Amino acid sequence: MVKGIEAYGIPVVHVCTVVPISRTIGANRIVPAIGIPYPLGDPTEGEAESYKIRDALVEKALQALQTPVTDQTVFEN
Amino acid sequence: MKLELGKIEIKDIRFGDKSCVDDHVLSINKEEVERLVLEDDKLIGCHLELAKPGEKTRITPVKDVIEPRVKVSGGEIFPGVIGKVSPQVGSGRTHALSGCCVVTVGRIVGFQEGVIDMSGPAADYCPFSKTLNVCVVIEPKEGLETHVYERAGRMAGLKVATYLGELARNIEPDTLEVYETKPILEQAQQYPDLPKIGYVHMLQSQGLLHDTYYYGVDAKQIVPTFMYPTEIMDGAIVSGNCVAPCDKVTSYHHLHNPVIEDLYRHHGKDLNFMGVILTNENVFLADKERHSDMVAKLCQWMGLDGVLITEEGYGNPDTDLMMNCKKVERAGTKVCLITDEFPGKDGKSASLADTCDEATALASCGQGNATLHFPAMDKVIGTTEYIESQIGGWAGCMNEDGSFEAELQIIIASTIANGYNKLAAKGY
Amino acid sequence: MAAYRIVHYLNQFFGGIGGEDKADYEPEVQEKVIGPGLALAQGLGDDYEIVATVICGDNYFGENLDEATDTIVEMVKRYHPDVFVAGPAFNAGRYGVACGTICKAVEERLGIPVVSGMYKENPGTDMFRQDVILVETGNSAATMRKAVPKFVNLIRKLAAGEEILGPAEEGYLERGIRVNYFADERGSERGIQMLLKKIAGEEFSTDLPMPKFDRVPPAEAIKDMSKATIAIVTSGGIVPLDNPDHIESSNATKFGWYPIEGMEKMSKDDYTTIHGGYDRQFVMEDPNLVIPLDVLRKKEKDGEIGKLYPYFASTTGTGTATNSAAKFGTDIGKKLVEDHVDAVILVST
Repeated sequence: MVKGIEAYGIPVVHVCTVVPISRTIGANRIVPAIGIPYPLGDPTEGEAESYKIRDALVEKALQALQTPVTDQTVFEN
Repeated sequence: MKLELGKIEIKDIRFGDKSCVDDHVLSINKEEVERLVLEDDKLIGCHLELAKPGEKTRITPVKDVIEPRVKVSGGEIFPGVIGKVSPQVGSGRTHALSGCCVVTVGRIVGFQEGVIDMSGPAADYCPFSKTLNVCVVIEPKEGLETHVYERAGRMAGLKVATYLGELARNIEPDTLEVYETKPILEQAQQYPDLPKIGYVHMLQSQGLLHDTYYYGVDAKQIVPTFMYPTEIMDGAIVSGNCVAPCDKVTSYHHLHNPVIEDLYRHHGKDLNFMGVILTNENVFLADKERHSDMVAKLCQWMGLDGVLITEEGYGNPDTDLMMNCKKVERAGTKVCLITDEFPGKDGKSASLADTCDEATALASCGQGNATLHFPAMDKVIGTTEYIESQIGGWAGCMNEDGSFEAELQIIIASTIANGYNKLAAKGY
Repeated sequence: MAAYRIVHYLNQFFGGIGGEDKADYEPEVQEKVIGPGLALAQGLGDDYEIVATVICGDNYFGENLDEATDTIVEMVKRYHPDVFVAGPAFNAGRYGVACGTICKAVEERLGIPVVSGMYKENPGTDMFRQDVILVETGNSAATMRKAVPKFVNLIRKLAAGEEILGPAEEGYLERGIRVNYFADERGSERGIQMLLKKIAGEEFSTDLPMPKFDRVPPAEAIKDMSKATIAIVTSGGIVPLDNPDHIESSNATKFGWYPIEGMEKMSKDDYTTIHGGYDRQFVMEDPNLVIPLDVLRKKEKDGEIGKLYPYFASTTGTGTATNSAAKFGTDIGKKLVEDHVDAVILVST
């Protein structure tokens, strides 16, 4: 899906838990998510904390979209 | 660790006044078993039905399949779940009722429960189309939370299997098989000239409802560890998870792990079977990284020349499979993977969600997306009302006469990724 | 009269029209056997007749792809063949692409079995191997003699509707289609035998050579996020409560567009997940864990992003065929381009 969309020249940031799969299939901008059952947030930490985690991840995703890359890049931290 | 496994061939099953095994026939007191299941107040209904090979019978939605076994000596069966957790199992003597199974059936818990047809085209793909099946059909209390319902269903099956297994305690087995794996240094010395082979057994632990259990420990919570292969034959591992039906490693398949059985067959002839490394398939990347590192470390520490690796499920567990493969190879142990494939209905897509260059040897267990026609049956044990939403089905796949089209995925253990079946896929 | 009718396709060179200077030759039919067709006819014997040969210049075909395809399909249709044969193209790239294109069209539109042939490195091979049976040839016409028996066998089987066996048995280029069969030994035993060979350094053949995934170049970065329109796409199976498009829990064959306009956050009263590959309890309670609408709305208000596209696209990622996923991506991307979306956040579970 990532590649199908990016082929039109629209940058895609792939937010996902299993980074190795994302690498294998060929996403160019990858942001590691929290976990498969809750990629954006962590409900076990309570709602407020979960929101904060989500906010930080979305922020990172937006940064990734604004970062020029030439090769597959994983945006950690 | 040495285990004597006595097998009592069961040639027929029937209901009777008294539960017993007599001249290879299993008689079951229906009411007694139903009462046993209903001791759990989370279940409000239970009835037993029998299904035999060749009958025009469909069983669905199937939750688990279990072979009745009893520990005659050396611990208790299904330790940590049914039996006492200590002493450990895997030695002493065990009796099994061979050729018959307990099948738990009931209203669906997740999408991940499948179909067993006792005859017709789907029967070619399912190991339990060839066994005599005691179906435990359960009905949960209204509004029961799904995790609670799953556990109640799982325990019902194990309880009935234990009850039936007990009938085998004092019966002289038809065959007695002896399996032995020695402590690592002795085992290495027993066949110093043969390649030292291990088995990396990946337990499903994605947290779909519940997971696989090792001595009652949730597989999510383990770190990779060593296990004597005979432990598994005594029920040290039971299934409690939901994966696609075709991939389901039922509790029966843990008792009859094909890699372990076949490695024992080769043991002392052309290889030295050193033991089993248990690991899991968790949903956090850090777990995947840590546990594949540990698997590689254990392979190296055991001095293994080669390992077979099997997975349960598809999708993100393919990453665990590939990480294990890559790291174990890089640590100096040769790897052969055993797994199934999901290349789409037309077979034209990629078979696996992840790959690695080290995966040069792979034994295929078939592709689960191929479709099949399931003819109408005379009898349904359970219900077919969920077929369209079970994995492998789709909206509109069910016909009015009770027949349906579905992917092989919907059949229990049809492409099970541990090599239990002869089904395989090749490139056309 | 022969039992089976065949129409054959050739380019200008093999059709005897001329070389590169005639490459813009327009499609024509000749009701006779020409060039490589002679060897095929001889191999096939009296029960088969090449009733017509269609000839088209490679450049003409390449430059008028749709029109040439339509014309040639019409020409083929007139002769009601039992089998359509193109080439072989050997290592001629444009010719290979033409053979593949026209074979695919004839099979799809007319339902007539087709076969072509080419060298494994012909660009047409990778483009069409999944769709068309391609006899493996050498890289030049000198290898025609060796290819004829393979063509003859396949043409006979296609004409009679007999089962086509695997690439090794029939001599065609592997199509990358995974087909089930029952092996002599179960998987665990085959795995053990393979492992022992691998350790001993002996030759073995894996059941599944690792697939290679293609790549797309990274799109340019967003320069001014405060003016950008962002869309959300997910493989996490988020759908309205009644799953109106009946998206499957596994191996999805479709995706859906669902509205988020006017919503401040994702509510469990509107949306759920039908994904069959993970524990759904958390996401069912709070779908923002997959579609971060609450956060993005805030960023939209704060002017950090220009605006949020009013729909998200959703499907189930588990067990979904890569070809289906690629098609979803293409369809989703097409709509997003039309609607001037600048960037996409794609969330996978």
